[in-house]
Amino acid sequence: MRIMLLLIIGSLVAPLLGAVEVREFDDLEKQTRYEHLLKEVRCLVCQNQSLGDSDAELAKDLRDEIYSMIQSGQSEEEAISFLTDRYGDFVLYRPPFKSVTWLLWVGPVLFILAGGSIAFWPKRDKQRQANPKELTDEERLELDRLKRRID
Amino acid sequence: MKIRFLIPLAVFLVMTAFLAIGLKLDPREVPSPLIGKEAPKFSLTDVMDASKAMSTYDLKGDAVLVNVWASWCVSCRQEHPILLDLAKRGEVTIYGINYKDTREEAQKWLRSYGNPYHSSAFDPNGHTGIDWGVYGVPETFVLDKQGVIRHKHTGPLTQAVIEDELLPIIRKLRGEP
Repeated sequence: MRIMLLLIIGSLVAPLLGAVEVREFDDLEKQTRYEHLLKEVRCLVCQNQSLGDSDAELAKDLRDEIYSMIQSGQSEEEAISFLTDRYGDFVLYRPPFKSVTWLLWVGPVLFILAGGSIAFWPKRDKQRQANPKELTDEERLELDRLKRRID
Repeated sequence: MKIRFLIPLAVFLVMTAFLAIGLKLDPREVPSPLIGKEAPKFSLTDVMDASKAMSTYDLKGDAVLVNVWASWCVSCRQEHPILLDLAKRGEVTIYGINYKDTREEAQKWLRSYGNPYHSSAFDPNGHTGIDWGVYGVPETFVLDKQGVIRHKHTGPLTQAVIEDELLPIIRKLRGEP
């Protein structure tokens, strides 16, 4: 039973260990730069994973490229443009604001505005119910006629 | 019948339309930023002959196809007969980039299945592949006479892709200076 449990735990942990290789940096600042960068970039093969999480062959190669760029002292921007020059803005989780991406950025605000305007639109029917004085002339005549019948 | 009651129906129809379009889109088709740019430079060797150099310079002069392939790639095997057929027709020269392969395996592959390529550049570590923005072999690029990338197809080629997508572009590019 205990062996079974160990096997199950082992099989759950193994993929986590295998995915990303250990990198050594000569500077702690470079390491944070590298690790931050990998979270910002999407893997093209497994599109639901970041470059840092992906076990795809291409992701490994790209990590190699980025590692050597960062290690040789290049900035995060330089590494990002290396990637976007080849794979486009698609690789970025936060693409730049452009003519093709404006809807992506503005979309949520538009949805909130649309939803809000529907929710807070003046409700005509309810207002009329709350305010019985607002009767049309026809309705007033009808009301008078009915009242007279009661009398 | 009040028009307000039609609003949910309208919203539903619009959503259905968007979702239907979304279903048809292929998330693997990522637009390449390299289209309209000069093909990224490489200087490699011919996969069949390690002593023969091959570079981007060889791709210039005519509208050509550049197909990225590997012996380990299953879909490449799938599109291979179509490339062979296209090469036999002689309408366009096909170059290859042999991506992350071993020379031995690649040569064996070409010998047993046939070689549609005028020549293939040997890119064992995949650096050229990365420069070309390759993310899933097979990929096929259309280059114009100046060596500028004009079109890219990701995934295996089919007869329909050749006839309706690639050849019309190549014919058009032939007409350009």
